[in-house]
Amino acid sequence: MSNLRKGKVRLLQGNEACVQGAIYAGIDFYAGYPITPSTEIAEGLARELPRLGGRFIQMEDEIGSIAAVIGAANAGAKAMTATSGPGYSLMVENIGYAYMTETPCVIVNVQRGGPSTGLPTKISQSDTMQARWGTHGDYTAIALAPSSVRECFEETVRAFNLSERFRTPVTVLTDEVLGHMRELMTMPEPGELEVMERPKPDIPADWYRHFEMTPSMVSPMAAFGEGYRYNVTGLTHDREGFPTAVPSEINEKLNKLRKKIERFTDEIYKVRTEMMDDARIAVISYGTVARAAHQAIKMARERRVHVGAIQPLTIWPFPDPIISDALKNVKKIIVAELNMGQMVNEIKRIAPRNAEVFFLGRYDGEVMTPQQILDKIREVK
Amino acid sequence: MEKDTVVKEKEVQRSDVVHHYLRPKKKFPNVWCAGCGNGIVMGALIRAIDKLKLDKNDIVVVSGIGCSSRMPVYLDFNTLHTTHGRAIAFATGVKMAKPRLKVIVITGDGDAMAIGGNHFIHACRRNIDITVVLINNKIYGMTGGQFSPTTTAGAFATTAPFGNYEKQFDIVKLASAAGASYVARGTVYHEQQLEKLIEGAIVKKGFSLVEVVSNCHTYYGRLNREGDAVAMISWMKDHAMPIQAAVKLPPEKMVGKFVTGLIHETDATEFCEEYDKLVQRLKEKEAQK
Ligand SMILES: Cc1ncc(C[n+]2csc(CCOP(=O)(O)OP(=O)(O)O)c2C)c(N)n1
Ligand code: SF4
Repeated sequence: MSNLRKGKVRLLQGNEACVQGAIYAGIDFYAGYPITPSTEIAEGLARELPRLGGRFIQMEDEIGSIAAVIGAANAGAKAMTATSGPGYSLMVENIGYAYMTETPCVIVNVQRGGPSTGLPTKISQSDTMQARWGTHGDYTAIALAPSSVRECFEETVRAFNLSERFRTPVTVLTDEVLGHMRELMTMPEPGELEVMERPKPDIPADWYRHFEMTPSMVSPMAAFGEGYRYNVTGLTHDREGFPTAVPSEINEKLNKLRKKIERFTDEIYKVRTEMMDDARIAVISYGTVARAAHQAIKMARERRVHVGAIQPLTIWPFPDPIISDALKNVKKIIVAELNMGQMVNEIKRIAPRNAEVFFLGRYDGEVMTPQQILDKIREVK
Repeated sequence: MEKDTVVKEKEVQRSDVVHHYLRPKKKFPNVWCAGCGNGIVMGALIRAIDKLKLDKNDIVVVSGIGCSSRMPVYLDFNTLHTTHGRAIAFATGVKMAKPRLKVIVITGDGDAMAIGGNHFIHACRRNIDITVVLINNKIYGMTGGQFSPTTTAGAFATTAPFGNYEKQFDIVKLASAAGASYVARGTVYHEQQLEKLIEGAIVKKGFSLVEVVSNCHTYYGRLNREGDAVAMISWMKDHAMPIQAAVKLPPEKMVGKFVTGLIHETDATEFCEEYDKLVQRLKEKEAQK
């Protein structure tokens, strides 16, 4: 056991893998408020961060948690929080603040059933749209959806990277089963996965503008206390960070929030396809459901059904071009989700005109089984 | 004659001090009504910081949403204008991430006591080294005169058209009871005292609160027939009682008056220091292994 705990190969929970991924990515600061099924992330970082010289704080609620995370990020920290549905709902106003102020931070939402306190100890994927549209106003969100313990680790690292790279909050959507499931994983060595740092200014302080327009759309970011003095506000602001009501400046700001992400989707998209080359039927799923889909298509292939699977790991921005390309020759598409139909609408939007889209949903707190997906494949075949 | 010129010179210097700390390029005139107490508090804050000879780069001013919370935008420090009620929570993150920074929160009575009440009491409890300057004008200025948790009983507000029937927070008592290290009350009439109170608050390790009794003549004054800015500020002069005098007065002499000055001070341990001690302890343990 101690071998497993200490060695390269470790038996980890999904939530513990998020903790280890955050540490790998260089987390400096965690603020959170306990909520099932995400608490192991707070507990893990409460243990690890002080030892690493990082900082952990249990705040009085989720609103305070994300506020502290954004404050710490502006003081230069790589910062994260973790929560579940109700907590995410409380955070969304300040997540919007992070979009507007272009503050990098990571939010892990270990989904449970909802609405309301719903199903605290049961699985669901019903916050998929919330991760895209949670806060008010126009913005482009990034959300990632791992499906295994190893991916919890990797996608947490990637979430930090993307948040620093694009100066934006990034959501990692996991779920109750993934958070609590244990799997063996080989821990990546330092340097094995890329770890990105936020772009820093290299100009004199009096030239510095916190929201500068650059060719990459992403402005270098100085931290508080580094000699650059600037204003950060959630009010729509100009390049220097001062509130503005000038239509052209308002447009520029909002376009920047969208374009700095939409122009660089190549760096953000991540989609896995399996046996799609000759597939006539495609099963599209993400998170834990993708595991069942993997089993189901194997079973169907044994029965000579030409079926393949598509699994977006980046779910927002939605990887339209990659998925459309994979769907080119497909006649039937099954979208399997643990909700009443959220991502299915994205697929309907981009599916080839001559393909039929079928929805397979489950929202009773139980996992999607391979058999269920296999049955659906049979039904539509 | 001679005395007069000396005074004038002093005045010039004092106003120069203010300009040294205002953002040179942008955002004037400010958003405040002429005569609003917010400007006086800003002046006092600047002078207090100047007296302490702090480096502008090491100061972070955080605020929430409200007329008072617009202040940081004008100040040449690191400034973070956040969401309504959450300034203290943002400030907690800033302070923890870089404890060497001086973190000052500017907030209103609605911002800190209503929507932000939870963060306020917990920051007091943790005794984290943040200075909170709470501008109490007893009303929601920015949204147009609704009552706040400090609106006087019976007073009128747009959402208390028949007089306020809610009970009020005594902010100073609340902060003291919740664990703040330094709790003071000043007014915009007593500008020099205010400056000293803010100075003391910044110097003090731990959570410091300076409640500033201020005027919103535009809404509170008008709705309650308390007159213009001058009338409201004069009222403060007549009703403020320094703590040194207040403790000697019988209760009946205090009716209608309010206490000002440094009201509560303790030397409890500070949050970030406690955390750093823990980190140190763990490091030593690790080294022993
Ligand atoms: C979540 C949220 N709720 C409500 C508001 C609207 N709002 C803006 S300022 C304010 C009250 C401000 O009052 P106070 O803190 O006393 O500041 P003052 O304007 O009097 O200085 C309110 C309710 C908001 N901005 N955000
Ligand atoms: S509305 Fe009241 S608080 Fe706001 S600026 Fe005017 S006087 Fe000041």
